[in-house]
Amino acid sequence: MPDVPEVLTAPLVVEFPFTRSLGPVRSAFLTGLRERTVLGVRTGDGRVVVPPTEYDPVTAEELRELVEVGSGGTVTTWAWNPAPRRGQPLTTPFAWVLVRLDGADTALLHALDATGPDAVRTGMRVRVRWAAARTGAITDIACFVPDDGPAGEDLPAAHGGEFTDPVTLLTAPARLDYTYAPGRAQSRYLQELSAHRIVGERCPSCRKVYVPPRGACPTCGVATDTQVEVGPRGTVTTFCIVNIKARNLDIEVPYVYAHIALDGADLALHARIGGIPYDRVRMGLRVEPVWSGDGRFPDHYRPTGEPDADYDSYKELV
Amino acid sequence: MREVAIVAFGQSAHVRDSAETSEVEMLMPVLHDVLDRTGLAARDIGFTCSGSCDYLAGRAFSFTMALDGVGAWPPISESHVEMDGAWALYEAWVKLLTGEADTALVYAYGKSSPGDLREVLTRQLDPYYVAPLWPDSVALAALQARALIDAKLTDERELAGIAARSRRDAQSNPHAQLRGALPAGVPLVAPLRTGDCPPIGDGAAAVVLAAGDTARRLTARPAWIRGLDHRIEAHSLGVRDLTDSPSTRLAAERAGAFERPVDTAELHAPFTSQEVVLRRALGLDAADGAVRINPSGGALAANPVMAAGLIRLGEAAARIHRGDSDRALAHATSGPCLQQNLVAVLEGE
Repeated sequence: MPDVPEVLTAPLVVEFPFTRSLGPVRSAFLTGLRERTVLGVRTGDGRVVVPPTEYDPVTAEELRELVEVGSGGTVTTWAWNPAPRRGQPLTTPFAWVLVRLDGADTALLHALDATGPDAVRTGMRVRVRWAAARTGAITDIACFVPDDGPAGEDLPAAHGGEFTDPVTLLTAPARLDYTYAPGRAQSRYLQELSAHRIVGERCPSCRKVYVPPRGACPTCGVATDTQVEVGPRGTVTTFCIVNIKARNLDIEVPYVYAHIALDGADLALHARIGGIPYDRVRMGLRVEPVWSGDGRFPDHYRPTGEPDADYDSYKELV
Repeated sequence: MREVAIVAFGQSAHVRDSAETSEVEMLMPVLHDVLDRTGLAARDIGFTCSGSCDYLAGRAFSFTMALDGVGAWPPISESHVEMDGAWALYEAWVKLLTGEADTALVYAYGKSSPGDLREVLTRQLDPYYVAPLWPDSVALAALQARALIDAKLTDERELAGIAARSRRDAQSNPHAQLRGALPAGVPLVAPLRTGDCPPIGDGAAAVVLAAGDTARRLTARPAWIRGLDHRIEAHSLGVRDLTDSPSTRLAAERAGAFERPVDTAELHAPFTSQEVVLRRALGLDAADGAVRINPSGGALAANPVMAAGLIRLGEAAARIHRGDSDRALAHATSGPCLQQNLVAVLEGE
C-alpha cells in the first residue's frame, strides 16, 4: 500500500435555477409587493396570516380570503447581524427581525436597517422600505426601517387580491460554493492517472479489482487495499449513441458512450468512444485511451485495431 | 407489540475537516465497529436504513456511494431518508415492528466541511418568502434566543452556563470535537455568541437495532425502545411561538416520556438557547436537577449535521448498555429553531 496521498481538492459550484409556480395566494402577495401593497390571508377563526399561506397553519383548511395589512408594524423578536453574508438583504450590519404588520396576527421575517444593536428592541415600530426596482418577490421589501409613526388604523382592509399583470412564477437562482475532496482512494487514482497509469484497487476479501476505485468493495463492504495497474487497453461491453448535445460540452453528436472493461479490471468504467464512425462501434470492440491535452485523464477511447474480444471473455462485466 | 432495542452504537471522531477521507471512507470504520460489537456480519442484517443530505457536500445521490461501505451487492433490503439518521432509525424501528426483519443497521453521516454550512442550510427554508433572504442558521437561532430572553425564560448568563457544562462533560467523550473550557466568545449573531453555537464538523454514527430475544442474545443489556414519535411545527417562523416546542411535548407524550421520570436526557440542542426550550417542553426542569442532561456534551460538543440526532439516541442507549442509566429520553431535531422533533424513551431491563 502506498503512503497516504496528498489530499486533492477542487472547487465545485452548484447552482439551482429553480422556477416555481406561485398559486393564487402567493401570486397575489408577491404581485402586491410589486405594487407596494402588503396582503395577508384570513383564517377560519378570523386571524390574519402574513405572509399569507394557501392553507391554515393549524387546521390545514384552505384559505383564500385576502386582506390588506399595513406597511408598518411591530418587532416581535430580533437578532443583530454584525457581519452580513452573501445574498442577505443588506451589506452593512443590520438586525434580523420578525415583524407583525399592522392588522396581522403573525410575523414576517426580514432585515431592519438600524445604526446598531442599541437602536433595536422588541416592540419597536418599523415600516417597510420598498426596493426601487420591484419584480414581485420578497426582496421587493428592501428592508424595514425604524419608524415613530402610530399603528395603522382600519386594518386589515378587504382586498380582492387582483392586480393587472400578476406574477405567477418565481425564479429563485441560488448558488452554493464547495471545495470537493475525493478522499484517499480516488486521490491515489487521480495522481496515477496524471502519470498515464490507470490504477484500480483490489478487494482483500473477494479479490475483485475496481476501477476507478471508490474506497470500498460494494459486495464485501470492506476497504479496497491493494493498488493494481489495469489496462490501458480494454473491451467495449455495451454502449449507447448520444444524439442530444449536452450544454457546455463541445462534442459533435451523434457520438458513442460506452462501458469499457479494462484488461485486468472486474468492473467496467464508462467513457466516450472516438476515432471510429459512431455506427461502427460494437460490443467486443477493443479500445485504448487517448489522453487529454493536459495529459491528466483519458479524453476518450479509440479502437486498437485488434480483433474483437469473444463475448465469453467479458459477459460477466456487461 | 414487538419489543425492539438498540443493541450497539458506534461513532467516528468528529472533526472540523475530513478532506483526507471520502464519505464512505469516513463511514466504513464506524459500520465495522458497530457490527463487531454485536458479532453480526453485514449479511446477517435484515434491514439497513441511512440518513444524510446531498446539499452538505454538494453531491447528488452521495448516499449511494456510502452504501458501498455496507456491502450492498447483491441487493440488500435498504432505505434512505434525506434527514438526520434519527428518522432513519424511526423507519427501521417500524420495519422491525412489522416483523419483516429481526435486525437493522442504521447509520448517518455528514460532511459539512466542503461547503459553507450556514449558507447551505438556508436552502431548506421556504423558497418563496424566506430562502431569497438567505437567513443563516445562526441568525434564525438568535431570533429564538432573543424571544426567550425577552420572555425572561433565560438570560445570557444561563446560556453561557449551558455551553460550559456541555464542553466540560465532553472532556470524557473521546469523539467530541470541542472539549473543556471555552470562552463565551464574541456575538456571532447577537444575542448568540460563538460559545452558544455548535462546532461545524464532519462525522458519522451507526446503531444496530434488534427485536426480542435476538436483542437479548446480541448484548447483555439491550436499550429497549419503549416509545418513539416525531412531530413538526408550522412551517413559517412568524406563526410559531419560538419560546415553546409543542411538537417536542406532543412527541414525548406519545412516546410515553411523561409516564415515569427519566434519569438521563440526551437533547439535540445545537444552540444553548434551544436546550432551554426543550427542557421546558419536556418538563425536565421540574425534577429538582435529578435528570442528567447531555452527559456526552451534546451537539454543542459535536454536531455532525445529519448524524447528531442519531448520536443522541446512540449515546442514551450506550448509557443503558453500560448500566449508567435505567430510563433515558433521547431527542433529535431538524430544521430551523427546532422545526421538527423526535423523542424516544429507552429502558434497560
